[in-house]
Amino acid sequence: MIVGQSTDRLDGRLKVTGRARYAAEVKPPNMVHAVLVQSTVAAGNVAGIDATAAQTMPGVLRIITSANAEKLNLTGAKVLQSMLQNNDIFYNGQHVAIVVAVTLQQAQAAASRVRVRYTPTHAATMMDAALNQATLPTNFRDGKVEPDTRTGNPQAAMATAPVRIEQTYTTPIEHHNPMEAHATIASWDRDRLTVWTATQGISGAQESLASLFGLAKANVVVICPFVGGGFGCKGQTWPPTALAAMAARSVNRPVKLEVTRQQMFTSNGYRPRTVQSLKLAANQDGKLLAVQHDSLTQTSRPEVGEFAEPSGLAARMLYACPNIATSHRVVGINQGLPTFMRGPGEASGMFALESAMDELAVQLRMDPLALRLANYASEDATSGKPYASKGLRECYAKGAAAFGWQKRDAAPGSMRDGRVLIGLGMATATYPTVRMAASAQVRMMPDGTVLVRSGTQDIGTGTYTIMAQIAADELGLPLGRVRVELGDSRLPPAPISGGSMTTASVLPAVHAAAIQLRHRLLTLALAQAPAAWGTPAVKDLRLQDGLIVGPGGQVSAGDVVARQNVPFIDATVDIAPNAASKDFSCHAFGAQFAEVRIDPDLRTVKISRWVGAYDCGRVINPQTARSQLIGGIVFGIGMALMEETRVDAATGRTINANISEYLVPVNADIPVIETIFVEAPDLVTTELGVKGIGELPMVGVAAAIANAIYHATGTRVRDLPIRLDNLLA
Amino acid sequence: MKNDVVAPTRLTDMEHLDLRRISIVDGDLHLGALATMAEVAAHPEIIREWPVISQALLLSASPQVRNMGTMGGNLLQRTRCGYFRDVGFNCNKRLPGSGCPALLGDNRDLAIFGGSPQCIATHPSDLPVALMALDALLVLVALDGGTRRVPLAQFYRLPGTAPDIETVLQPGEMISKVVVPSGPHARNSVYVKVRDRTSFAFALVASAVCLAVTDGVIRDVRIVLGGVGPMPWRLPEVEASLRGRRVDPEVVATAAAKAGDGATATRFNKFKIELARRTVLRALQTVAS
Repeated sequence: MIVGQSTDRLDGRLKVTGRARYAAEVKPPNMVHAVLVQSTVAAGNVAGIDATAAQTMPGVLRIITSANAEKLNLTGAKVLQSMLQNNDIFYNGQHVAIVVAVTLQQAQAAASRVRVRYTPTHAATMMDAALNQATLPTNFRDGKVEPDTRTGNPQAAMATAPVRIEQTYTTPIEHHNPMEAHATIASWDRDRLTVWTATQGISGAQESLASLFGLAKANVVVICPFVGGGFGCKGQTWPPTALAAMAARSVNRPVKLEVTRQQMFTSNGYRPRTVQSLKLAANQDGKLLAVQHDSLTQTSRPEVGEFAEPSGLAARMLYACPNIATSHRVVGINQGLPTFMRGPGEASGMFALESAMDELAVQLRMDPLALRLANYASEDATSGKPYASKGLRECYAKGAAAFGWQKRDAAPGSMRDGRVLIGLGMATATYPTVRMAASAQVRMMPDGTVLVRSGTQDIGTGTYTIMAQIAADELGLPLGRVRVELGDSRLPPAPISGGSMTTASVLPAVHAAAIQLRHRLLTLALAQAPAAWGTPAVKDLRLQDGLIVGPGGQVSAGDVVARQNVPFIDATVDIAPNAASKDFSCHAFGAQFAEVRIDPDLRTVKISRWVGAYDCGRVINPQTARSQLIGGIVFGIGMALMEETRVDAATGRTINANISEYLVPVNADIPVIETIFVEAPDLVTTELGVKGIGELPMVGVAAAIANAIYHATGTRVRDLPIRLDNLLA
Repeated sequence: MKNDVVAPTRLTDMEHLDLRRISIVDGDLHLGALATMAEVAAHPEIIREWPVISQALLLSASPQVRNMGTMGGNLLQRTRCGYFRDVGFNCNKRLPGSGCPALLGDNRDLAIFGGSPQCIATHPSDLPVALMALDALLVLVALDGGTRRVPLAQFYRLPGTAPDIETVLQPGEMISKVVVPSGPHARNSVYVKVRDRTSFAFALVASAVCLAVTDGVIRDVRIVLGGVGPMPWRLPEVEASLRGRRVDPEVVATAAAKAGDGATATRFNKFKIELARRTVLRALQTVAS
């Protein structure tokens, strides 16, 4: 079995040698460059644009404004502004013009000479000043999930409970900032559009572009074989992609539009700020009597679109409690449209819930882990459904043992190394297991190699590798004889690489196609078999090391294809999620354990140890899975201690729109990380038993750190990021 | 330039100039303006005789930047104020008279010393903080080849009403060399830097401290703060309260408690005042032990 074995990623060598070609590296002949011009006010409209100076600069081919922009069809679009369709301004940084020139430098120089005049109006730039204008989301989770839920009577339970916690927690605006900036190269051939673009969803990009430009889907090709990180900001199709296509059509040449690092803060979404009210009520023995989680999340003005961070979903299902209420409200202000960012909802919501659980444990004088165990849920408390699988108890146990949790002295400030304060904190992690319809094709070539094809994406997670692993096992081949093609909309379609669902969605399709192909090959082998083979059945044959082996002899699988005189034999499968999964609550789980060391005077916080135990279902490739776990924990450490997009209240403009001042952890901030797999296969969602891994490991990280900081210092910080400013008093 | 903050019509390549030398002349350290941060930081005699310089450099930037960054360039690094670096904002330093949105905006990183109603930008570099504590001199060369020596303490200008003029450099003038005196204070020196992440971040507050002690009595002490003002901020009153006193934990603590005296905070940077006290204390404790 190759599945379940640690395997180097197939695309690793290409990446470290620079041969993996990313969107921005494609150079079609005659390609020219586009640069975006953006608003410097947050509300109002464009009164006029003076492009006369820019127009006459060297190399300038076209300056596109709302006056001459192609009209797009916005029906069904998620982002409704910033594509030069009108003169309205709803946030600072909205695109107001595109300059197209022969070279990038010419386009940049001309863009800096475009003069825009505005008629500004009052802008509400900060969420916290507009909390009283919160509204019900109009399309929460695309209408598939209720924004509000209530089981039992939390208010009544709260009123009589012996122990209560009631606190407000906030998380800041964060930007994804993958290393690869968003880039699109668009090329038209009459009414056929080809784009090379950095995206987590080629199918979605194809659909969006076809809709915006009124094209048949078949006339749009989207290519993206490699993604230099996405974390959610390459999930939907953002205005720069459409603007690149618009610019290319207007100059009738291929156009490259790569946003700058600064524009990564305005042009492809962000994790919205949240203000969350968390109320817990419990008995003296720690049994939860009521949970109420009310989330306010920032969104844009409705004219731009709507996104609601689903922060309250975890509170609905994580703990056993008879009275649970959750609500989601959005606060629309003059900022761009937010979007999914790694662990959307769970990362922000579990900071609040798992901090509050820690506060409850403190109030009860109870061990925080014991409190979780006292409220361990055997079924989803809101839906009443059983869990498809749940290895959380084992995560707690194995994580605690590896970490040495039992050595923790509960009194804040009681643990020290010399003068350095030591704090130990823990939190739970959870993330839903999601699967969507996907298709895949597997081909056996005459040379005996196999080609696996699916229009999915590898966003750095290892999708190439696990697709090959599944096919190799089913077809009895070493990994070296399996190739994978993905990231091209001409391949059999697959869903977006988001929501940790790629493995659960795409692998079953690859698996089923490989099984079909195997059957086809064996059937052909029988038909071709010499008389000496006798009359074996398909079940008597097996595939092994590229050979079809039967009782009467063996033949190479490639030869079977060659004898048919065809370029390949293939099988294509389009497969939908199991209907049965609707009757279950499907989730991955984990337990996070953090040790922090805090300078007693300067109050700098250093994460000194991390242990995480994760039930992420059956693990296909422990090596790439561990990389995801580590990456998620590091992402969570950034969320806890550093990441924050800082907005100037007067203008609504970001003041740290660069990765010098928008801090993410460096290697020196990260301790040795121990990860433990607790494999509780989810056989309801897929026969393969897999769950998602991408988001899970960052969920709960910020709470574990906040809880550890409380343990070290006695200071409870409920606002992220936690910086020394909060700890100096 | 990449951010359109400055748009010079002419750029001069200095790389070929013979200004990269590190030498010791009559006990003084001479640093060519083009000596790199990495070379200076790793120089054995600097590590021994002027450790505060090496430490400040090693706590600066990243290895890649230190391989390219030079003495002159680091001394002249522009502020990291987010309002200055984004042409979408008004900024008196970038566009005199346009206003300072930082005063009422997000000013967490900005000055608590030396600011003016026109500008509260900070100087971001670590090296000049160390050099200020060592009473370094700069050698400036004019277009006609004439040179002059300017103490680093008189090189930077406070913003006042002209925050766009940051130094006393005249048009056509450049730094050619840094001259640093030696002494027991230089040998017993330290750089403490406090920041939001462990590496590759600018100081929230930093402190360079030099201390010379004879027979348990402080003969010479220099205390400079970084990250708190438009130039490295020397604390003469704190120094005076220590000079001639016995090295004693209580004396040191009392002196360090004065490190925030005279500071003016804005909305988000009040913490820097307390952090300045604690950073100076840590630095003093380190050299006093």
